[in-house]
Amino acid sequence: MGQITYQPKDYKSSQLVRWCPGCGDYGVLNSLHKAMAELGIAPHNIAVISGIGCSSRLPYYMNTYGFHTIHGRGAAIATGVKVANPNLSVWLSTGDGDCLAIGGNHFIHAVRRNVDINILLMNNKIYGLTKGQYSPTSDRGFVSKSSPFGTVEDPFRPAELTIGARGRFFARIIDTDIKNSPDIMAAAARHKGTSVVEVILNCVIFNDGINEKITAKDVRSDKTIFLHHGEKMVFGKDNNRGIVQDGFNLKAVTIGEDGYTLDDVLTHDATAKDPTLHLKLALMDGEELPVALGIIRDVEAPAYDAEVEAQIKQVQAKKPARTLKEFLMSGDVWEVK
Amino acid sequence: MTEEVKPKDRESVVIRFSGDSGDGMQLVGTMFSNLSAELGNEIITFPDFPAEIRAPHGTLSGVSGFQMQVGGKNVFTPGDKADVLVAMNPAALKVNAGFLKSDSVVIIDTDSFQAADLEKAQFTTDDPFKELGLNSVQVVAASITQMCKDSLEGLADNKQALKSRNIFALGLVCWLFNRPLHIVEKLLTTKFKKKPDVLQANLLVLQAGFNYGHNIHASVNSYRVETVSHKKGFYTDVNGNKATVYGLIAASEKAGLPLFLGSYPITPATDIMQELTNRKELGIKVMQTEDEIAGICTAIGASFAGNLAATSTSGPGLALKSEAIGLAVISEIPLVVVDVQRSGPSTGMPTKSEQTDLLQALYGRNGESPAVVIAATSPTDCFDSAFWASKVALEHLTPVILLTDGYIANGSSAWRIPDLEEYPEIKPPFVKPEQKEGWTPYLRNPETDVRYWAIPGTEGFEHRIGGLEKNSATGAISTEPDNHQKMTELRQSKIDKIANSIPLQEVLGDKSADTLVVGWGGTYGHLYEAVENLRSNGKKVAFTHFRFINPLPKNAEEILRKYKKVIVIEQNTGQFAGYLRAKIGGLNPYQFNRVKGQPFIVARLVEEIQKIIEL
Repeated sequence: MGQITYQPKDYKSSQLVRWCPGCGDYGVLNSLHKAMAELGIAPHNIAVISGIGCSSRLPYYMNTYGFHTIHGRGAAIATGVKVANPNLSVWLSTGDGDCLAIGGNHFIHAVRRNVDINILLMNNKIYGLTKGQYSPTSDRGFVSKSSPFGTVEDPFRPAELTIGARGRFFARIIDTDIKNSPDIMAAAARHKGTSVVEVILNCVIFNDGINEKITAKDVRSDKTIFLHHGEKMVFGKDNNRGIVQDGFNLKAVTIGEDGYTLDDVLTHDATAKDPTLHLKLALMDGEELPVALGIIRDVEAPAYDAEVEAQIKQVQAKKPARTLKEFLMSGDVWEVK
Repeated sequence: MTEEVKPKDRESVVIRFSGDSGDGMQLVGTMFSNLSAELGNEIITFPDFPAEIRAPHGTLSGVSGFQMQVGGKNVFTPGDKADVLVAMNPAALKVNAGFLKSDSVVIIDTDSFQAADLEKAQFTTDDPFKELGLNSVQVVAASITQMCKDSLEGLADNKQALKSRNIFALGLVCWLFNRPLHIVEKLLTTKFKKKPDVLQANLLVLQAGFNYGHNIHASVNSYRVETVSHKKGFYTDVNGNKATVYGLIAASEKAGLPLFLGSYPITPATDIMQELTNRKELGIKVMQTEDEIAGICTAIGASFAGNLAATSTSGPGLALKSEAIGLAVISEIPLVVVDVQRSGPSTGMPTKSEQTDLLQALYGRNGESPAVVIAATSPTDCFDSAFWASKVALEHLTPVILLTDGYIANGSSAWRIPDLEEYPEIKPPFVKPEQKEGWTPYLRNPETDVRYWAIPGTEGFEHRIGGLEKNSATGAISTEPDNHQKMTELRQSKIDKIANSIPLQEVLGDKSADTLVVGWGGTYGHLYEAVENLRSNGKKVAFTHFRFINPLPKNAEEILRKYKKVIVIEQNTGQFAGYLRAKIGGLNPYQFNRVKGQPFIVARLVEEIQKIIEL
């Protein structure tokens, strides 16, 4: 039997896409269509779940099964879908408000349980659909309609929250990076367990340009580093910059300067169980150190949905009842004749 | 004390075990009821315990009780007042003083009725019986603690002896009711099979309690409760929560769909989650989630994926689930929400029962959001009601809120294990392959207004649903005014039409009477007993008790309009009465309402109904 192959268009629904022109969500959608074609999973075996917000409109634009649910609850609903039918490829399309504010509890617990769902976290650091309030990822001092004098609170950093909840897969992509994003999404899908892909996303209307300082063409290669498992952590226009360890900290150096050679540059191990270095890499902020992109952490661990099924099989091996009646009759019963 | 006294033959007796919440009263209560069930008695039990796991020893707030009525036939309630009270300390005596008959037998442990114990229970004299005005009760003052120590001398330490006091009391009660010990011995052996030392101690103490009773028997009443034969078959003892679980399992078997429960611990509903998660051999998936909202949301996800999905909770949890129930309403997916009602508002009295979530179940959501509401009427009826809730949810693609309450959830009675052949089919309206062409998610069967169900994994039916209003024809997002009007009406008529497929409402008692007693949910036993009591005293009265609340059975209006005087009796301030007034124009029933967190007193109901009859 020949393998059926799929094209990105097979995952595209007939609905008119209604995001603002120039929105970063378009890039995510296109990358997702490509990722699914790359994975080759039939559209009817895919369920895309979402909460509320701009990012959560995404399921309508997919020719798969889709469920646009309620604010913040997507992670819990996606969990239920996957546990009920582990054969489905289950995705959660969510944003910084949906996933880290109102849905924060469901997010951390989905990650902790390690249920095999793929979370696309579109982080534009703003509430777009309600027209421009600060979000839990907005920087301290951020001025918005609901913080006219600037916020007086620190933001969540999604990687820190993910790793704090014992996350096993964390990757980061830029919305417009259609070249790399499909591969990262496909890797997230192949990972057994919860995978979190943070998308650095631009909101053209309420937060335009906030990512420019790291994503703009002329600075991107110096302000970001694309991590590849098993490869040296090098970056920069001339590919001569590298990340080295400096005591308990990381440092960006120029290879060939100050006595640093390529041998001093760290090699990325996404599979290290200890998350310490992954966290350090994920928190690099584009000031002294470049923002890390690509798969930062990818560690194997038992997936919740598979464990639920395995436990049922273990119990069934010991207990013979398969129907309610068989179970009841094996208990404390008496007969009236 | 040598003279033999003939035991009193009784149709039924009411027994209450009461002590500190750590005294094991629930355990001996359950054992006595199981033993009586096995001997062929009808039983209704009522555990009444504090919310605190171990309240301060000997205090009024720490009293835990287990009441049961044991009878030959027609036992519908745990009884108003006790024939026999076991009071392990003065606090237990004080709390239960109002629930005693004038000639009750009261068994006390004199070793825990010392000055300090009396003080803890806020007695001001050294005669608690006199102080409480209990002048005619028959007191069995037994030195239970000391006798436990004596019978275990050299075998167990004092700590174990103290722990066995409840079993001594059980032995004594077994003597009082002419119960053979072998069944209790069997139950104890099962319970303590992994702790042989504890088992041996308990068996000795059980016998000691029985022997003590035998030696003092001349001084108090003993009882012989008649037994009658029931419908043939195999029986087991269930409480309402277990019966709810079995009803859900039965429905999943009938529908041929896997069962999923998402839930979060909450009194008094937690047992549902615990019992289901223990049934892994039946392939059931249970998630204990991070909160109440995730409980329902995982269930909604499982339902979307094609399972029979349920969530279990109590009032405060139902409040948290409101938004998600609305999602199930608009996305038209099946879901069973079990609400084991408890006293509110807010945290209220978690271990006490009432019927105060009715309006929350009916209306506690934003927008026009009709859902089905079904209320179980007794511990064993939880099985049928959970079965029906699942059937309606799966066949009509709607959330169904199943209301039980703390009283029937924890109360138990003997239950004949049913043959599932006796139950109707459950046929969800799955899409058929030939419907593929031109299919949209909100295409409906015009007869029922139910849409067709395509679950992920079904090729050719990929679609998107969700919380936004959809175009009735295309399933696309729509804010078109006429479409919203139409969809709102369709969601309502879909629920209304369920009345065509549920059983008709029945009238019991004297159908031609002037007065109709109306109840719903867990008060059935008390209302039925009150009505029968009146009828046996020559009063004419009819009785109808609702299980289907929304929609009401088709003949409900006709029944309610037929009687000159209608009295609605419920454990709230008039929620069902108000609902009936809204549904049935011009109906203005009398009401009797109590919210004490305790079951109705049958004698009081008789009084109230009689007042209406005599109007």
